[in-house]
Amino acid sequence: MTAIPIDYYLIFCSILFCTGVIGVLIKRNALVILMSIELMINSINLLLAAFAAYTNDPAGQIFVFFIMVVAAAEVAIGLAIIVLIYRTTHSIDIHVLNKLKW
Amino acid sequence: MVKILITLIPLFPLFGFLFLGAGFRSLPRRIVSVTGPGTILASFLLTLILFFDFQRNGIPQIHLIFNWLTVGPLVIGFEFLTDPLSLLMMLVVTGVGFLIHWYSVGYMKDDPGYNRFFAYMNLFVFFMLLLVMGANYLIMFIGWEGVGLCSYLLIGFWFRNQDYNNAAKKAFIMNRIGDLGFLLGMFLLFTTFGSLNFREIFEKATPMEAGEPVMVAITLLLFIGAVGKSAQIPLYTWLPDAMAGPTPVSALIHAATMVTAGVYMVARSNILYVLSPVTQIVMGSVALATAIFAASIALFQNDIKKILAYSTISQLGYMFAALSVGAFTGAMFHLTTHAFFKALLFLGAGSVIHALGGEHNIRKMGGLRKKMPATWWTFLIATLAISGIPPLSGFFSKDEILIHALDHSAWMWFILFIGALMTAFYMFRLLWLTFFGAFRGTDDQHHHLHESPGVMTVPLILLAFLTAVGGFMNIPGIFGGNSLLAQFLAPVFAGSKYHPMPVTRISHTTEWMIIGITLAAVIAVIAWSYHHFVKREKGFLPDQAHRNFLVNLISQKYYVDELYELIIVKPLLWLSTILHRIIEVGFIDRIINSFGNLVVRTGNTLRYIQTGNVGFYMFIMILGIILMLFLNILI
Amino acid sequence: MLTLVIILVPLVLSLAVFGARTEKNVRMLALAGSLVEFGVVVAAFIQFKTSCHCNLLFNAEWFSMTMFSLRLGLDGISLLLVAMTAFLVPLIILSTFSHHYENPQAFYSLIFLMEMALTGVFSAYDGLIFYIFWELALIPAWFICALWGGTDRIRITFKFFVYTFTGSLFMLLALIWLFLKTPEPHSFSFGALTRAMLSPAEQSWIFAAFFLAFAIKIPVFPFHTWQPDTYTESPPAGSMLLAGIMLKMGIFGMIRWMLPLTPLAMQQWAPVVLILAVTGIVYASVIAIRQSDLKRLVAYSSIAHVGLIAAGVFAFSQQAMQGAIIQMVSHGINVVGLFIILDIIERRTGTRVVGELGGLANRVPLLAAFFMIILLGSIALPLTNGFVGEFLLLIGIFGTHPVMAAIAGLTIIFGAVYMLWMYQRTMLGPEQVSYSEIRDLTPAELAALIPIVVMIFWIGIFPSFFLDTALPDVIRLLQYLR
Repeated sequence: MTAIPIDYYLIFCSILFCTGVIGVLIKRNALVILMSIELMINSINLLLAAFAAYTNDPAGQIFVFFIMVVAAAEVAIGLAIIVLIYRTTHSIDIHVLNKLKW
Repeated sequence: MVKILITLIPLFPLFGFLFLGAGFRSLPRRIVSVTGPGTILASFLLTLILFFDFQRNGIPQIHLIFNWLTVGPLVIGFEFLTDPLSLLMMLVVTGVGFLIHWYSVGYMKDDPGYNRFFAYMNLFVFFMLLLVMGANYLIMFIGWEGVGLCSYLLIGFWFRNQDYNNAAKKAFIMNRIGDLGFLLGMFLLFTTFGSLNFREIFEKATPMEAGEPVMVAITLLLFIGAVGKSAQIPLYTWLPDAMAGPTPVSALIHAATMVTAGVYMVARSNILYVLSPVTQIVMGSVALATAIFAASIALFQNDIKKILAYSTISQLGYMFAALSVGAFTGAMFHLTTHAFFKALLFLGAGSVIHALGGEHNIRKMGGLRKKMPATWWTFLIATLAISGIPPLSGFFSKDEILIHALDHSAWMWFILFIGALMTAFYMFRLLWLTFFGAFRGTDDQHHHLHESPGVMTVPLILLAFLTAVGGFMNIPGIFGGNSLLAQFLAPVFAGSKYHPMPVTRISHTTEWMIIGITLAAVIAVIAWSYHHFVKREKGFLPDQAHRNFLVNLISQKYYVDELYELIIVKPLLWLSTILHRIIEVGFIDRIINSFGNLVVRTGNTLRYIQTGNVGFYMFIMILGIILMLFLNILI
Repeated sequence: MLTLVIILVPLVLSLAVFGARTEKNVRMLALAGSLVEFGVVVAAFIQFKTSCHCNLLFNAEWFSMTMFSLRLGLDGISLLLVAMTAFLVPLIILSTFSHHYENPQAFYSLIFLMEMALTGVFSAYDGLIFYIFWELALIPAWFICALWGGTDRIRITFKFFVYTFTGSLFMLLALIWLFLKTPEPHSFSFGALTRAMLSPAEQSWIFAAFFLAFAIKIPVFPFHTWQPDTYTESPPAGSMLLAGIMLKMGIFGMIRWMLPLTPLAMQQWAPVVLILAVTGIVYASVIAIRQSDLKRLVAYSSIAHVGLIAAGVFAFSQQAMQGAIIQMVSHGINVVGLFIILDIIERRTGTRVVGELGGLANRVPLLAAFFMIILLGSIALPLTNGFVGEFLLLIGIFGTHPVMAAIAGLTIIFGAVYMLWMYQRTMLGPEQVSYSEIRDLTPAELAALIPIVVMIFWIGIFPSFFLDTALPDVIRLLQYLR
């Protein structure tokens, strides 16, 4: 079967990435922001794997493994922080956390 | 041997100063009374020895004490010069100085600052000796400024009175204005001749052409120094104010020695001055103006010391007039005789003031000659001398100046002649009002009136003797004399192209005629003044009387002090305030502070970026990343 | 070796004073230590004079990194300044004895730290070491002024620090540039820096950078506005250190660093600098006339004096350079003397304002006498140290710029005006009733003032001793102008 042209992957991942970025910027719910970050990461992963397949260079896929590990660690810590924040402020709305201002 | 003498002569007064100064609180009166005048006497005797030694085998010599500084071509040594001019000045300074110190033992007897007084007086003599003994312009300048300092210390001797302190400060600052001119003249001398040493400069200057601009500049600048130190127009107003000091100070510093330093300096630099006719014209004009101006003010003064002060300024004008026509010997002669009779006049005035318990106003004196015979007779001799009555010294010295002036120009003679008449008038007015007529003071003063003690009258008598016979040191040929002083000083002035020649264009007959006219006029003036002041008992109007405009102008000293206050002092203070408030605080500092303010304001604006809003931070982060990627692609 | 010792002794002392407990012990230790330092410097001086007049070089290679090494040395000029520093610090310490300071250990430690930094600046033979010590001197100055100063001290000290520091940063940039321009291998050492070939345009930039730093430090008009406030607000010992010694760093830098490194630019810009300096002289002198705070008056008079010195440096003649060097020493001594006197007056009467003082000479004649002597040194009366410097400076400037010299000479008139006015208003006149309990000088104060008076006359009457020390180096430095 014919391989999917790389362009489609590019466009698809860009859309996913931008969705993730917009989610990070617009959303007020900390969990949703984390999910958007995950979305961004996964889109990158997909793109990397696609390029790895396209150029027959396994380096891309190996990098994906690294990114997955980092994503896992980051999610773990991020969730822990959100839990702590919830315990203090009973909310996970990021607009509540504005004490470090001028 | 000479070197030892010449080192000791200034050292004695210096040790006197250090000794008396260190013990200004503890030394007993008797030790001070002996040490104070004693050091000056020692210097005088040594000077006499030096003088006679020089007479026998007289070669002008420079004695180097030590090398003061050497910077490249500028080599200045602490060196002294023995030559006729310096010896003459040394004799005057130490001789008259000693007599005044002796007198002060009596005059300052009751003053709590007795020790301090003699310390300062000794310091003054030290510096004055440095001035006249120096072999280069720098040593002269050291003495020049040093006597200015002592003048300050002594005018403000009674420092509890702020008026006296102001007078002292004024004297010092006016002196300093002149000193700036002197300094610049010295710098120009160094730049032109490569040295400050008299001998080197004069040797290099002798072959120069007259009228060269650099010579004019040098001599004018040095003359500015002389104007400040010798109280010529326009830097003379400090001298009458300086009468705030004790009378011996006025006698020594402001009559006999310090104010004559300018005359000495010009006489010493005669070679330079002769090469610059422009300066001589300037000097002559200033001198003539000063002579008449000051004499006119003296006519209307009522303070005994102020009359003498203006008289000194006027007589100094005579000396400078003589210098300006090249009559260097005449100027030095008049300097010497003036030292004698002016010191005598001041000390006599001091005697009167002392006897009247501090009274200075001649309107409140009168008829003192019966109660104070020694003072009266010596004062009379001095007044006759200053008016130019033969055979007293003043006659010969003034006459020499007048004849040289006539030789130069008739106008010059005429102005000096008028001045001589004025001198006779105001001096005799002083004499009549003080010593004749009824006593116009308080009864208490009249009761305590007595002659001064011997310690004060003996110096008066000695000075009177010098005043009487001093003229014989330089009797001109016309009277059958040998002009001894002229012969003595001739080598000093020989180098200048312009010899202090005997009068060439005036015949003996003319000279006799001039002398006769002058004498007759002076005697007429004296007789008229006697008539006016003694017989008709006039001579002063009560304070509230209306004076016509001219009399008022002159008796207010032509409002010169007020003029200086208006055009110099007030603008200076105003400028100081303006510079401080507007430029310093308002302008420069504001610029500097504005840098700081800029930083603060920028910070104040930028801090609003820290909104504390996490979403905002993330937004900025993403913007930043996009920007970086963008730039990376561009560059 | 001796040079290193001269630097280390104050450093050791600054730590050692923490060992003493009571205030009296701290003072005694500080005084003794400073005298030890003075002794070491005198030994160095004797060694310098009796030997070949060679520079007492000390080169510690073991301390080197690739770029710079601890290169120290003393030539004639630096030796005079180091001697002045070591001479003045004991006197400054003596003058603090009548004060009570909070935390005296810190105070004296800072004084010694400053002495070390100042000595280091004067003896640095390596550009980076010069800069390090230069900045190091600011730190104790900041603390002394900020902790023990007057009412407005924080703001004023801050301004002083930032202003001076900004200038020095430009100097750092210039040094780094020079460093990169030295032949391979790059080095900050003085010898290497002088061998960096610079085009005239580059020299102008380097000159501007250095000049900014030095002009702010000296201070030269119009970079002087930090100075009157700082001198007024800092404690007396601080003013003495700043006015007496620290500002000499700037002039020293001009002579020893700017002249060899940027001779062309110096000659090119000399007229501008001369105009600035001479303007500063007249400007500061006139402002001083109307000041009513005594310390501020002395501050402005200081600007006038160092303006003359700066002008002399740019006159490039032997007389002017020698005048600058001797006047640096003289001014240091005189201004410290003046501040000691002012400090005594302030402590006895409780005020520094001229309007509230008067007639002190009636009560304390000894103080009046010392004040008069130091004042005469300040207004350059012949036979005092001030005259030697001023005379040489003016005659040196006159050689090339007569009009400038004439204008600069106005300082002798204005100086007399404000100094005598100050003296008259404080010392002379009728006695104030409130002065009946004032005592005359204490032994400590006498011990501080007598050496100053001695030096005033020693330098004034026998200047060759000091001038000859610096002469060979002056000649050597002037040769860079070829």
